[in-house]
Amino acid sequence: MIRPLIVIKRVPRIDFMRWHLFGFAFSLALGAVSIGLFASIGLNYGIDFKGGTLIEARTEGPADLAAMRAKLDALHLGEASLQNFGDPSEVLIRLPQQPGGDAEQQKAIVMARQALGPGIDYRRTEVVGPTVGAELIRAGALATGLALVAILIYIWFRFEWQFGIGATLSTIHDVVTTIGLFAIFRLEFDLTTLAAILTIAGYSINDTVVIYDRVREAMRKHRTMPFRDLINLALNETLSRTILTVSTVALAVLSLLFFGGEVLKGFSIAMLWGIVVGTYSSLFIAAPIIYYIQPNRRAAAREPAGPDVQRSRP
Amino acid sequence: MLYFAQWKVLLICAVCALGVLFSLPNLFTPAQLAWLPGSIPHKQVALGLDLRGGSYLLLEVDVAAAQTEQLNSLVDNVRDVLRNAKIGYTGLNVENNAIVFTIRDTDRIEDARGALAKIDPSLGVDISPDGAGKMQFTAQATDQRRAQAVEQSIEIIRRRIDETGTKEPTIQQQGQDRILVELPGIDNPEHVKALLGKTAKLTFQLVDTSVSVEDARHGRMPPGDEILPAEDRAARGGQAAYLVRKRVMVSGDTLTDAQATFQNNEPVVSFRFDAVGAKRFGDATRENVGKPFAIVLDNKVISAPVIREPILGGSGIISGSFTVQSASDLALLLRAGALPAPITILEERTVGPDLGADSIHAGAVASIVGVALVVIFMFLFYGLFGLFADLALFFNLCLMLAALSLLGATLTLPGIAGIALTMGMAVDANVLIYERIREEVRSGRTMLSSLEAGFTRAFGTILDSHVTTLVAGILLYWLGSGPVKGFAVTLSIGVLTSLFSAILVTRLEIVTWLRRWKPREIPL
Repeated sequence: MIRPLIVIKRVPRIDFMRWHLFGFAFSLALGAVSIGLFASIGLNYGIDFKGGTLIEARTEGPADLAAMRAKLDALHLGEASLQNFGDPSEVLIRLPQQPGGDAEQQKAIVMARQALGPGIDYRRTEVVGPTVGAELIRAGALATGLALVAILIYIWFRFEWQFGIGATLSTIHDVVTTIGLFAIFRLEFDLTTLAAILTIAGYSINDTVVIYDRVREAMRKHRTMPFRDLINLALNETLSRTILTVSTVALAVLSLLFFGGEVLKGFSIAMLWGIVVGTYSSLFIAAPIIYYIQPNRRAAAREPAGPDVQRSRP
Repeated sequence: MLYFAQWKVLLICAVCALGVLFSLPNLFTPAQLAWLPGSIPHKQVALGLDLRGGSYLLLEVDVAAAQTEQLNSLVDNVRDVLRNAKIGYTGLNVENNAIVFTIRDTDRIEDARGALAKIDPSLGVDISPDGAGKMQFTAQATDQRRAQAVEQSIEIIRRRIDETGTKEPTIQQQGQDRILVELPGIDNPEHVKALLGKTAKLTFQLVDTSVSVEDARHGRMPPGDEILPAEDRAARGGQAAYLVRKRVMVSGDTLTDAQATFQNNEPVVSFRFDAVGAKRFGDATRENVGKPFAIVLDNKVISAPVIREPILGGSGIISGSFTVQSASDLALLLRAGALPAPITILEERTVGPDLGADSIHAGAVASIVGVALVVIFMFLFYGLFGLFADLALFFNLCLMLAALSLLGATLTLPGIAGIALTMGMAVDANVLIYERIREEVRSGRTMLSSLEAGFTRAFGTILDSHVTTLVAGILLYWLGSGPVKGFAVTLSIGVLTSLFSAILVTRLEIVTWLRRWKPREIPL
């Protein structure tokens, strides 16, 4: 018989609730800083949202960034940003959006290519005009908002509304702090980052739902247990699952971060932060919130939800 | 739960087998696939432009400009109609998508309305009692014209791109007035963009030599004339603009063929009219021998030769300061036809083939390493049951690839990230089940009832967590674009296949193990 090499023998007895006020304070501070950063210095939007031109070029031998910058500056296309991208011979060039509408962006890229001259391999070129940029921002904000609402509705449907509030608050926390992370480290915020944020929202909810399921079950099982102990019990019972799942997803994301190339770097960083903060928020925000807005224990007990319904399935 | 009906076992096995079968072609190169017998599925996952290299262009048809142009051409009709009916008017012009004018004699408003209404039934006539008139396309006609303009543009764009020899282009309408063009294998789309950027409206118009361009510019513009700039000033001997008659002798839509050739060692474009065009061109040249006429492309004069003799053969030559490339481009544009409206490029994303190959490599390595780590991890923490989960994960991966191949979904780099991520998340269902089984064993249940309880109790939780991820995936697909859509596709398909593999396949594996080996305890 092949047995596991590593076994968590017994259910731990960690008093999570003891830390919850500290968790609230920490998260409030983190959230406030994130919102403050977003409002003051804002995000380093990629061209998907900001519009403009992005060129990934490979030169023969190490790239002379200063010379290339001088050539581009001579065109007066606004402030060009050049940086090495992975390899010394690879350069990422960003040109700001040109005034005067969609057609002007196309002219800028032709001029830039002429100025840089021959001997350059253009590996990637992206041009986003002002029309599309504005639409992408709108669609992105809409997607994030709708996702949160849809998830809230689903939780409300499956649980009591108190759980819905807890889950939504902790998910908003995760989304807000991820945005804060991108603001403070000036990481480029583009469409893939947005995809990561929506995935984080899904993951964070997933984590919270597992814990809430257990809280609800405990409410039915231990009708006289104080609520504080009940939440601690649920968190401890699901702790090994929480750790294992975070680990498997983290393994997948880490391999994306290290082997997935430069293009996926922003996505991987967002995901990594998201699963860590998502797990934290399930433990220290989502669960303790339920302590303050306690669901009606009788209603929860009456409701034949969850496992008992499933039992009748084939 | 520990009993499986025979048909269910067969069904699960069949789905897994089909998954393996249909994902197999992805392991081979196209050359190897061609060599395989036809009974084996050949369909591979379609790679997005970011992986195979190519150019993605989002174009917008300027429908308003097309409409203004149509109104401009109708102004002449309005003038003729009012003149013929002897109705005095002033200020005839096109403004804000409408023909505007003022009827001098307010008593004749009814007459004017009646006469003007006959021009075009889709053109609404509105004249207020003080004589101010306005003619505008009805909303229905506007919609119809927009649809028509976009449809025609797609057709013309397809012809132009086909002429350049691009393989497997995708050209499709997006939204109301947008066109999405995907050109696999094109890593420098400048040429294609230049071709698409031209409306290529060719006309032959008489040059008016009665007044100089300077005089016309300073207020002595003869009625029915316009000033057009020269395409290439240096080659025109310094003449920067021409005064030409607005009336079009013949237009490019009557051309049947155009080719780039040489005349006196200079690149030129030869063209041929259809019967109608040939007759019109013949008549016009016969009446105007000795006068110059302008060959106008997109409101710029390419050249203005003098008519030496009537041109009756229905064919001719356009000479200008062409290079070999520009002559062959013009011939191509004339063959493909003029766009009904100007086109703007809203978005461009081009990936070179070697970056695409690098991305495939990076994505593949990341996925393999990720899956390998997860597989090892599951084995370390769950032993035999971990192996069961790993086997289910293998089938999950096959099913995902098979679904992507069969649905014709496009795999992008973020899509590969979606696969890697799903692999990490898919085992979450196994973790939930196994942890539950462990708990049940701890609480003193028998082996069988622990297994049973583990599966049934974890099911609700698994369903909840999958639905929430699916919600995010569907919204991303709906609102995302390009590569992000690819991520949404793999994420959503992955959620569905992992429901199947983690719950049904794992359960079947465990049931089979129970029957075969009749174990006395659970190795967890």
